[in-house]
Amino acid sequence: MALQNVCDLHNPPLFPQWSAPLSRSFMPEDSTHLSGGGIHGEAFSTRLPGRGSLSPLEFYMPIAEYLTESPINFGQTSLSSAPTKLLEIDHLHPSLPSISLPPPTPFPVSPSVPLPFTLSHGTTTLGFAFQGGVIAAADTRSSCSGLVACPASPKVLPIHSHLVGTTSGTSADCALWKRILARELRLYQLRHRRRLSTGGAAKLLSHMLHPFKGTELCVAATLCGWDGDDEKHEQPITEKHANTPTNQMTASNSSGQSAASGASATCGPRVIYVCSDGLRLQGELFSVGSGSPYAYSILDSSVYWGMSVQEATEVAREAVYRATYRDAYSGNNVDLYHVTAKGWRRRERENLKEEYYREKERERRVIAY
Amino acid sequence: MMISARAYGDNGKMKEYHYTGPVEHKFSPYAFNGGTVLAVAGEDFALVASDTRLSEGYSIHSRDSPKCYKLTDTTVIGCSGFHGDCLTLTKIIEARLKMYKHSNNKSMTSGAIAAMLSTILYGKRFFPYYVYNIIGGLDEEGRGAVYSFDPVGSYQRDTYKAGGSASAMLQPLLDNQIGFKNMENVEQLPLTLEKAVQLVKDVFISAAERDVYTGDALKICIITKEGIREEIVPLRKD
Repeated sequence: MALQNVCDLHNPPLFPQWSAPLSRSFMPEDSTHLSGGGIHGEAFSTRLPGRGSLSPLEFYMPIAEYLTESPINFGQTSLSSAPTKLLEIDHLHPSLPSISLPPPTPFPVSPSVPLPFTLSHGTTTLGFAFQGGVIAAADTRSSCSGLVACPASPKVLPIHSHLVGTTSGTSADCALWKRILARELRLYQLRHRRRLSTGGAAKLLSHMLHPFKGTELCVAATLCGWDGDDEKHEQPITEKHANTPTNQMTASNSSGQSAASGASATCGPRVIYVCSDGLRLQGELFSVGSGSPYAYSILDSSVYWGMSVQEATEVAREAVYRATYRDAYSGNNVDLYHVTAKGWRRRERENLKEEYYREKERERRVIAY
Repeated sequence: MMISARAYGDNGKMKEYHYTGPVEHKFSPYAFNGGTVLAVAGEDFALVASDTRLSEGYSIHSRDSPKCYKLTDTTVIGCSGFHGDCLTLTKIIEARLKMYKHSNNKSMTSGAIAAMLSTILYGKRFFPYYVYNIIGGLDEEGRGAVYSFDPVGSYQRDTYKAGGSASAMLQPLLDNQIGFKNMENVEQLPLTLEKAVQLVKDVFISAAERDVYTGDALKICIITKEGIREEIVPLRKD
């Protein structure tokens, strides 16, 4: 245990207990534990820090006590009081979605301790939905106050087979939070036997980021996904307002499944913008980053619902190219992902340097005549 | 003795030395100890090289403080930045490696170490380790792998990467010589071990010329399937 304290590990490894028979490790005070393979929604037992005795079927799930405490107080709790809170919350709110945070800081770092380095920022990313699915595109330059830290960083990250997310802001924050989101979505899928919708994933991400509002965390992600209807049972009606008019419903529904559920369509392409300030917006077209004004000018004039896949790819690529042309903090290559009902497909990464020379060549020829 | 006043500019270089009026000195928990680290991945080898100078402001603390740390038989990590955080971070990584070895009965692979380091660094997102890490090693298939990190845990796999005080000088040279960037009509031969070692030596000799925090000696760790070999090359001491 001393070693684990050094590493600040709050999660004792489960594997020493794999060989223990199931019945021996039941904790007497745990009334919410389900035997066998119960799946639907209920919180499983929490771990008791320092005890490490969990049977293989008790899924480890730290309870999100931040959902019950005021965000203003976040970070004021000391490490010693955190474990007792975990125990209380579990019995009061067994149905809380369980989300784990990165290990909590015992005190917030005040802004008077400036960091001696800057983190990666500056980008152009975009995502839009059309009749053939969703296109997500981004440049690949990762800059760090004037220096290009990485000319080939992936800014569009696949989260699961039908959802990709574009990342903008601090690259470490985006990479880690996407990873946490992917894990939570996978857990949801295992527990509920269906994929969480894009709106649900966006809400989840937004709630996970909420406690960090006011800190220097900076994540601005556009979740682009296709909500499917592969299960034949009734889908729950989504709570958010559907902004898309009805003609787009009929165009986007490949099967008649969601027509039966009435209200808003629950399948089709979705683009949702989530920001660490707490903003969560559904829409058809988003562009994020320092190069976004330039990208918007191309997208606003050329994107329409009925466009073909070929056209959409061209427009997305052109928008990123124009943004990299004018914005110093965007550049290098273009990454393009296309999400359909069958999943996401990645287009070959394209170096924009070639495009720049091709354009110069075209201009030269035009002037010559 | 660590001088931790804020008389230092953001990247550790001293600010102008004329009196401009009353200056408030705040305690800063960070210091910048200089040093450059470089890693190159080849078809079946990986190199991690660092200089051995430990400096602070205008002083040199030590001429024999290499920044490469051996983690497993196939992985070496190079850490530059604040030496205190480098030492603690490597202690934590080594402890986690031991725990993994005892629980899983095998050593961690380079990719696994990289992923673990990312979460260790992000765990201190709001009071980061001021360390620029580069991991060099062999992946499960025996090919060379380089993983470069920023101080809060963002990482990716590269073919080559320079980090530390002279990184801005070395990285463009590596882009050109190893990545063949911005060269037209050039035959792109795969990098051999001998050529890579020679390139690393040349590159550090150049860095020592122009960067005050780099110099004294160069230590290269060469990782192949036979094991890890070390070479020490002297550099400018001024």
